[in-house]
Amino acid sequence: MDDKNNTKGGISRRTLLKGSAITAGFLGTTAVTGFPAVHADEPITLRYLSTATNQSPAIAAKAKEVTGINIEYVTVTTDDVTKRIITQPDSFDLVDTEYFALRNLIPSGNFQAIDANKVKLVDKLATAITKGEIDGKKIGDQGTAPHKVLYLEKQRGKEFAKEQTEWITLIPTTYNADTLGIRPDLIKRPIESWSELLNPEFKGKASILNIPSIGIMDAAMVNEAMGVVKYGDKGNMTKEEIDKTIATLIEAKKAGQFRAFWSDFNESVNLMASGETVVQSMWSPAVTAVRLKGIPCTFQPLKEGYRAWASGFGLPRTLKGKKLDAAYEFINWFLDGWAGAHLNRQGYYAAVLDTAQQSMEPYEWAFWMEGKPAEKDILGPDGGLLEKAGTVRDGGSYNTRMGAVACWNSIMDENAYMIQKWNEFIAA
Amino acid sequence: MLEMKSRWAPYWQAAPLAIVFLIFFVLPLLVTVAVSFWTYTGYSIEPAFVGDNYATAFDKCFSSLPELCTTFRTYLSTLKFCLMVWLITLVLGFTIAYFLVFEVKSNNARLILALITTIPFWTSNVIRMISWIPLLGRNGLVNQSLMSAGIIAEPIDWLLYSDFSVVLALVHLNTVFMIVPILNSMSRIDKSLVEAAYDTGASGWQTLWNVIIPLSKTGIAIGSIFVITVVMGDFISIGIMGGQQIASAGKVIEAQINALQFPIAAANAVVLLVIVLMIIWTLLRFVDIRKEL
Repeated sequence: MDDKNNTKGGISRRTLLKGSAITAGFLGTTAVTGFPAVHADEPITLRYLSTATNQSPAIAAKAKEVTGINIEYVTVTTDDVTKRIITQPDSFDLVDTEYFALRNLIPSGNFQAIDANKVKLVDKLATAITKGEIDGKKIGDQGTAPHKVLYLEKQRGKEFAKEQTEWITLIPTTYNADTLGIRPDLIKRPIESWSELLNPEFKGKASILNIPSIGIMDAAMVNEAMGVVKYGDKGNMTKEEIDKTIATLIEAKKAGQFRAFWSDFNESVNLMASGETVVQSMWSPAVTAVRLKGIPCTFQPLKEGYRAWASGFGLPRTLKGKKLDAAYEFINWFLDGWAGAHLNRQGYYAAVLDTAQQSMEPYEWAFWMEGKPAEKDILGPDGGLLEKAGTVRDGGSYNTRMGAVACWNSIMDENAYMIQKWNEFIAA
Repeated sequence: MLEMKSRWAPYWQAAPLAIVFLIFFVLPLLVTVAVSFWTYTGYSIEPAFVGDNYATAFDKCFSSLPELCTTFRTYLSTLKFCLMVWLITLVLGFTIAYFLVFEVKSNNARLILALITTIPFWTSNVIRMISWIPLLGRNGLVNQSLMSAGIIAEPIDWLLYSDFSVVLALVHLNTVFMIVPILNSMSRIDKSLVEAAYDTGASGWQTLWNVIIPLSKTGIAIGSIFVITVVMGDFISIGIMGGQQIASAGKVIEAQINALQFPIAAANAVVLLVIVLMIIWTLLRFVDIRKEL
């Protein structure tokens, strides 16, 4: 698959700043305090490896403006991020990857833990990530919940620490709660349960995502909702649980339930926008993309809860010197609010909520984070109309959505067996 | 001295290509074969010599017969597509090549028409695949025209994400691989042979069967090798056009690579290679390409 391409982080468009790192540094010191123009003489470039969903030319441009650091995006798929870290750990300076991959990444020894003392806002990181709770209330913990893999015993350790330490595996960037996307205009009735994905009413109009480690979790939510399988831990199934889960999927597939499967963001948008499917696994920005086309699409909250994921910055083992300093500076800037606000406006959640709030208009914060009706029209990242004034975000507030998390994306002990069974499902 | 030079000259001339082949083809292939016997964890692969990966690839395949296991079913499905696409591209490719060689009289027209057959390659694979949706989809052009013409009342679902659409896309892509080699063989047929057949009273079909087809055999064999190897290894077209619901050997390998199970993916790659080589070997039993070239 040829979906790798290196994107220069949107700098070239900003002719104002072109070739003038001094201006960039100067702007930095005046616009935001606390970011001295240390790179004014010699701009440092960080190769930022992640999926397309985590990258935005606007963030790279702003980072350049404030910190003087060039961000060079390296864009690959979810699975390829993991593959790169394992097989080419020197091909990037900073990686934004999912917490669930850590169970494979940390034992490989290709990471150095992040020194918590160098991260200014480390105490402000969202508790949903650091402790698995919101306002002191526990949220769903099944699967690879980030707080289980957040700390290492030592900087170059291969063991996760049970307690908080000063060595952090990944500093969170974005996280969210995923659910089913539906076309309310074509379904014309309320959808309340994950079990609707396999409801024969939507025969030939359903889809599930074909990334095994994530698809299996959606399948588990469906099986549990249907009452077919009772799981000990959906995020770490036994062989028997995997067998039963896949059996349900195979039965549905043979009955013609699925229109297609998708494995990348754009496919899911196409399926939904063209009306080929009316109910399917979906990611938040894909729902946004469908809506920006003027087509009704709902990221439907369901009574069984959400499947959550979280992504964060990790540092490769070999990073050192000026580049290492620059990586810390970039991470600190990232948590400082501007980037967080930018992500919040796309429907993701920022790692540090306080600073993101300071960078957002009160009406934006109220709509995206508090679940209140929009006071004004809400615009998408591209400036297009996303929501008319008066609408309410699907699923409501941050606390309601993240509070209803049922499980997290995960890598299971029986991962190899799961992949084998998943292939059986695809071949069925 | 001069004699020495000329004796070695062909080897020197062939050396650059041989080296490229060695580094970028033979070496990776050997590594693949070696890795297929290694063991692995979620994050590492360890040198070893075990048959586990092959055992997993054929898990329950022999014990569960006559019920087909995943691997057998996947290969059967891939072989089915291979056969269908091969037959269709052969008929299409042969007909088009025949038309270009024997019916088109002007050399320029022949050249232009031959170039037109490459149109499917003018855009990227991904864009081409996505473009099928507005054409064949549930609300696509074909369904809309059929419905507005009153021929059907409900949209036809099997136009997209079905065996039909997979075969359509593969034929669309691969016909040109059949046309070019057949065109090449056919254009070297001495026209006087055809005239001789005609003069001795052979019918059109007899000429085709006894003169043109035997003389185009090399082109047919080469075209077939192209089409069969491409279709056997394809997983992008089958994936996208089959709505990812149709298994292919390549997709299985991709899923395993993505799960970092390199050794088992390597084992499957070796199995696929062996199967394709067997098909090609069978083909070459019928046509000696070197003799005919």
